[in-house]
Amino acid sequence: MTAAPDAPPTATVLQGVRPLGADPVDLVLDGGVVTEVAAPGSAARDGARVVDGRGLVALPGLVDLHTHLREPGREDAETVETGSRAAALGGFTAVHAMANTAPVADTAGVVEQVWRLGRAAGWTDVRPVGAVTVGLDGERLAELGAMADSAAAVRVFSDDGRCVHDAVLMRRALEYVRAFDGVVAQHAQEPRLTEGAQMHEGEVSAVLGLRGWPAVAEEAVIARDMLLADHVGSRLHVCHLSTAGSVELVRWGKARGIAVTAEVTPHHLLLTDELVRGYDPVYKVNPPLRTAADVEALREGVADGTIDVVATDHAPHAVEDKDCEWAAAAMGMTGLETALSVVVAALVEPGHLDWAGVARVMSAAPATIGRVEHQGRPLAVGEPANVVLVDPGARRVVEVAAHASRGRNSPFAGLELPGRVVATVLGGHPVVLDGALASPRPDAGRHPGGW
Amino acid sequence: MRHLLSAADLSREQAVHLLDVAEQMAATQQREIKKLPALRGRTVVNLFFEDSTRTRTSFEAAAKRLSADVITFSAKGSSVSKGESLKDTAMTLEAIGADAVVVRHSASGAPHRLATSGWIRAGVLNAGDGTHEHPTQALLDAFTLRRALRGGAGAGTGTDLAGARVVVVGDVLHSRVARSNVLLLHTLGARVTLVAPPTLLPVGVGAWPCEVATDLDAALAGSGGARPDAVMALRVQLERMDAAYFPSAREYSRRYGVDGRRLALLPDHAVLLHPGPMNRGLEISADAADGVRSRIVEQVANGVATRMAALYLMLAGEDAA
Ligand SMILES: [Zn+2]
Repeated sequence: MTAAPDAPPTATVLQGVRPLGADPVDLVLDGGVVTEVAAPGSAARDGARVVDGRGLVALPGLVDLHTHLREPGREDAETVETGSRAAALGGFTAVHAMANTAPVADTAGVVEQVWRLGRAAGWTDVRPVGAVTVGLDGERLAELGAMADSAAAVRVFSDDGRCVHDAVLMRRALEYVRAFDGVVAQHAQEPRLTEGAQMHEGEVSAVLGLRGWPAVAEEAVIARDMLLADHVGSRLHVCHLSTAGSVELVRWGKARGIAVTAEVTPHHLLLTDELVRGYDPVYKVNPPLRTAADVEALREGVADGTIDVVATDHAPHAVEDKDCEWAAAAMGMTGLETALSVVVAALVEPGHLDWAGVARVMSAAPATIGRVEHQGRPLAVGEPANVVLVDPGARRVVEVAAHASRGRNSPFAGLELPGRVVATVLGGHPVVLDGALASPRPDAGRHPGGW
Repeated sequence: MRHLLSAADLSREQAVHLLDVAEQMAATQQREIKKLPALRGRTVVNLFFEDSTRTRTSFEAAAKRLSADVITFSAKGSSVSKGESLKDTAMTLEAIGADAVVVRHSASGAPHRLATSGWIRAGVLNAGDGTHEHPTQALLDAFTLRRALRGGAGAGTGTDLAGARVVVVGDVLHSRVARSNVLLLHTLGARVTLVAPPTLLPVGVGAWPCEVATDLDAALAGSGGARPDAVMALRVQLERMDAAYFPSAREYSRRYGVDGRRLALLPDHAVLLHPGPMNRGLEISADAADGVRSRIVEQVANGVATRMAALYLMLAGEDAA
């Protein structure tokens, strides 16, 4: 017997919004779903919350396939609560929380804990990623099935931060997760070629005297993994592509019919290794910032569908972990609150993507890869009411002090970027309104289906 | 000159001027009373996160002979070896009232961080950072070369090194001395050829303002045109063998070691430099190190005069000249 939902959520009318940038409509959201798509100004509901969305683009809520929320273990850098707030402000209605926490998310217990914290926070859907190997140590498979069967229903498995470099272990993981339609998301980094690596290996590293992270260390692993996935008939997801060669390899793999998907981060779409010249560790990230030619190839890869997903790799760090010399600094950048703007700057404005394309790479494709069924859906009657409203004409200077994330390590600080998230609706509940946090979604407001 | 972080910070005019000031400083060092009042009341901190007795004592002598108050922080036995951050150390120096910080650090770019992060107001002088740069070493090398090629003390005043050919041989990949020398010698008009096994050349070296070669004998014989006026041998650390940069010490010294036979390939006036400390028998043979072409002992003496000039120009500037 199914319990009836508690008090029905208030209906919301998004007036005059442009779905995927098309002609304006009114979207009526009720009971966690889209109940009506009507001519602009025609939808009126007694007691409904009305959002004036004239001039705003409506997209399905964004889905991040690659987020570091740092809890448990480094709550000084980020918590599920603060990271969820940042996600909501960035327009994300779901985030995949990476497994490299302390303890590592390598058991059903840890992934359920993270999932519950996300649900309690109520700002976004927190989808835990499970570790591939115990403790991320690359030696024994973690209990992947237990994590899949847990309340967190894990479908994405990754040792992100480290590469599953042992070819046999990678093969087994690729095979094993087929039993529950999972996917292995590989952080492609040949460890021996990148020992002590500090930045992209090239002309800038030569001048700066910083140990190089060669492109081949990423590309060699991607090539191997695609061949393994092909051999065992599994799907493979490649995290944060950073080189032109990686794009070329994935293009080859897809043409060959290999079930490979790939992601790129906003920072790799906009920034280059030239920024490292001042030794400011805010630009230290793994994989490292590459060259302008790589940036161009990555943009083209998104445009032609070789790269399926833009994912943030949001990696907040405590201030002291960046306020030091380059070699001592932690790797990583925040990204949840800037991702959409960077995508507009790097892909929409230069003409690589239209708004439908943005919805594809930031919502539909990541939801499909992560098997998050109620996310990344079209804005149509009967579909889940996960929506983000974007002001495409707005420009703003990135102010990290105003970010909800605990991380202050944004490489975009001080840059003027286009596009602004005005509202985020999670399961029919507006978590962000007027560009600011509104209220978290109450647990009681859930769809009868549980989401 | 607010900071000296990289040899590339110096224009040709600034570099020549610094060498000229170093000549004046060197002249004062021939007197019975070596101390000058130029930096009286100023505080110079030597901040050495990495052991280097040679460079540290050279800077100490330079600052003291200019009458500066000198404070030395060494990694060994001080808070810096106990995990105190660069930032905390910098803030201590700020509280002390340092006017200049001479910093040696194992991390490339640490002096840049000190100079640009807003932690301190003092001028920062890079005394060697990781595998990045060591600009005062390049300055003392240029000073030594100018004297050798222009006819001795004071003779080269006002001149650069235009037309000079310099071969730098050794572990370029890990050498801060090589990076600073390529930049400074290029600024001064010299033509540099780097020679190393390909494993010890950085990816991207092709963009540097120099020639790159892998055959030492050919480079010494003048394969690129004229024969070199100077050879600089770089220190090679034996641990590099373990990381497969080269197969053995014997093979390294056979292919890239500077010895009497190789020096005989050079024109009569050519000189030999080495930044020290030397691995005799590896990158340099004893007969080469102690032979007539060697300027290695002179380099050490010139280091004090050159560092006096650098500190003087940073702290006293032209108004005190
Ligand atoms: Zn990663």
